[in-house]
Amino acid sequence: MSMPRAHLRPTGPSKGAVHLVHLYPREMSIYGDLGNTRCLAARIVRHGYECVVHDHHPGADFPEQAHLLMGGGGQDSGQSRVEADLEAIAGRLRALAGDGVPMLMICGMYQMFGHAFITHDGVELPGLGILDVTTRGQSTRMIGGIVLDTDFGEVVGFENHSGATVLGTGQAPFGRVRAGHGNNGTDGTEGARTANVIGCYVHGPILPANPAVADGLIAAAVERATGRAFEPAQLDDALATQARTRQIARLLRAGA
Amino acid sequence: MTVPAAEARVWGVLRTTAAILAGKATRYAARLRGGGSAAPGLVAERIDPRLLAHTLSSLPLGVVVVSGTNGKTTTTKMLAAIVRAHGIRVFTNPTGSNFTRGVISAMLPEVSPTGRLAADVAILELDEWHALQFAKVVTPTHALLLNVARDQLDRFAEIDTTARLLATLAAATSSSVVLNRDDAFVARIAAGLPDGVEVRYFGVDPLATDVPALHEADVRFGDELVVPDPTPRDGLLHPQDARDFEIRFGEQAVGPVRLHQRGLAAMINATAATTAAQALLGRDFRPEAAIEALRAVRPPFGRGEVIVVDGQPLELVLVKNPAGFTVALGTYGAEPVPTMIAINDDYADGQDVSWLYDVSFESLRSQGVAMCSGVRGYDMALRLSYDDVPVDAVELDLQAALDRFTAAYPGSPKRLFCTYTAMMSLRRTLAARHGLAQFGEEDA
Repeated sequence: MSMPRAHLRPTGPSKGAVHLVHLYPREMSIYGDLGNTRCLAARIVRHGYECVVHDHHPGADFPEQAHLLMGGGGQDSGQSRVEADLEAIAGRLRALAGDGVPMLMICGMYQMFGHAFITHDGVELPGLGILDVTTRGQSTRMIGGIVLDTDFGEVVGFENHSGATVLGTGQAPFGRVRAGHGNNGTDGTEGARTANVIGCYVHGPILPANPAVADGLIAAAVERATGRAFEPAQLDDALATQARTRQIARLLRAGA
Repeated sequence: MTVPAAEARVWGVLRTTAAILAGKATRYAARLRGGGSAAPGLVAERIDPRLLAHTLSSLPLGVVVVSGTNGKTTTTKMLAAIVRAHGIRVFTNPTGSNFTRGVISAMLPEVSPTGRLAADVAILELDEWHALQFAKVVTPTHALLLNVARDQLDRFAEIDTTARLLATLAAATSSSVVLNRDDAFVARIAAGLPDGVEVRYFGVDPLATDVPALHEADVRFGDELVVPDPTPRDGLLHPQDARDFEIRFGEQAVGPVRLHQRGLAAMINATAATTAAQALLGRDFRPEAAIEALRAVRPPFGRGEVIVVDGQPLELVLVKNPAGFTVALGTYGAEPVPTMIAINDDYADGQDVSWLYDVSFESLRSQGVAMCSGVRGYDMALRLSYDDVPVDAVELDLQAALDRFTAAYPGSPKRLFCTYTAMMSLRRTLAARHGLAQFGEEDA
């Protein structure tokens, strides 16, 4: 039985408890991915809900309740350490995804949520197949600021990946690239989205500066956790707005 | 057609001479313009790529390379000071210009037109990538490897890659390698070294208590690292209190020492420098000389440097990665003072500000942060909001922010955490107003 890392409570009465699971925080959370978990937990509480934060480590039992999942980027050594566990919990993850549980998978975990990763030397490593994407290892990295148009509005962040990802026929992207490389630097797509599962290359981390994405994920998680529609509180996002709009303006100006 | 050997030799000397003269001329021109420190090196390097090899390989005590993520500048300065205190002439790159070109730029004013350097040993600070490029041209006799932390991942891509750069540098070193026994990425390098290369370690004494964790957790717990028990050639740090410490080599102790620079990180740098000095000097190493040198060495600019502004100390602290920022907050957290944080995202700062989310800012919660600045000042303020740290103001323009910050707290000591280019810019402003040493003119 797995123990949650933290149980955070709002200052006022609780509107319900959301269980947030961070997949492989030791192996797959380089590049500040922890910031996404921190942001989700803080916003859930600020919206008036309790947040139970679980860290899922390789070999551990998967938490019984999971309303929202977060996974991050890692190095090759980190990825190889989670492969066996990912295979073990694959059935559970597919069922949760099919059931509409919101998930945010960044970079390395985005790739592993796809069909396959094909290495430089042509070795094909199977993924979970939750997102219909295929990634090929390349020798040059795609690095730099990135701006997208998404269903949540403009999104800004920083990409840093050597894998080039191609969407399968009918797979929706997470967004359209306005500045930066995106999935592969050629087709103008970035990330992938199926129902409430989002995979993408946007670090930064993505959620603090793009709170609309965070609240979109939280809304779906709350509905699942409480059976009721999300009742958001009015949060002050002035700093996020400043950080996001200024960075978007800089990147679009540089790309113009 | 073959070129006769003598003619080739003459041509080689001429080429070197041309390179040095061209570099010197550029240096002179750059000084007139008040320009950057690496430009003259670039010119000389283009003319004779072997200039470095030619000049440095003739030094009698060899070439020491100091590399790693955090503490290079401070440690290099300490090591050079200790070695100089033994009456040895040291060539070093004190301007923090830690690329190959920077080394050549530093060399130009001290080298004769035939490429002779008036020094016994070179002690050079090089970042991980440039250290490796350097080693392809000049074989280091000694390497001092400090740590591997997440730094500028947009440049080095991955921490494993950075660790491999250091391992390759160590394998190219001819005489001795000094490794951090507390950093798994660095300590592991010993296993891959050729026979005949001496390995020494520095670190915090395992028996010393109340020492916070300083290094990145190594996620590859699969291959358990075994560091050999310390020998009398390994330097171990014994902090006595917040300021005083000694460095023990078996029964022999170097200390007590109190540095100008505060904090555990500086003590560890002193331990690294002293261990490397022993490796370099062997039996000639004198503890009293090392103690005296360490006591006298001033923090390099921007690394805990204190500038007096309107009669109050303003502490300038360079932060560039999660490990460094965490250590800095731990070092200064016990004495809260009005604080400003300036975050830029140029190449030298790291373009991805994600790393700010791998630092805990809770120690600033009670005092709050008076000012966030730099190009990514709003991202910094946003980050602090997620640790419930109150922020009084955001002003992206560095000079305007500095003015508002110093004016708001006239009667109090102050602290300024900043990334590299923000530090360079702020220090230029402070230097113009308060008459500090100019870049490149710092006492060696």
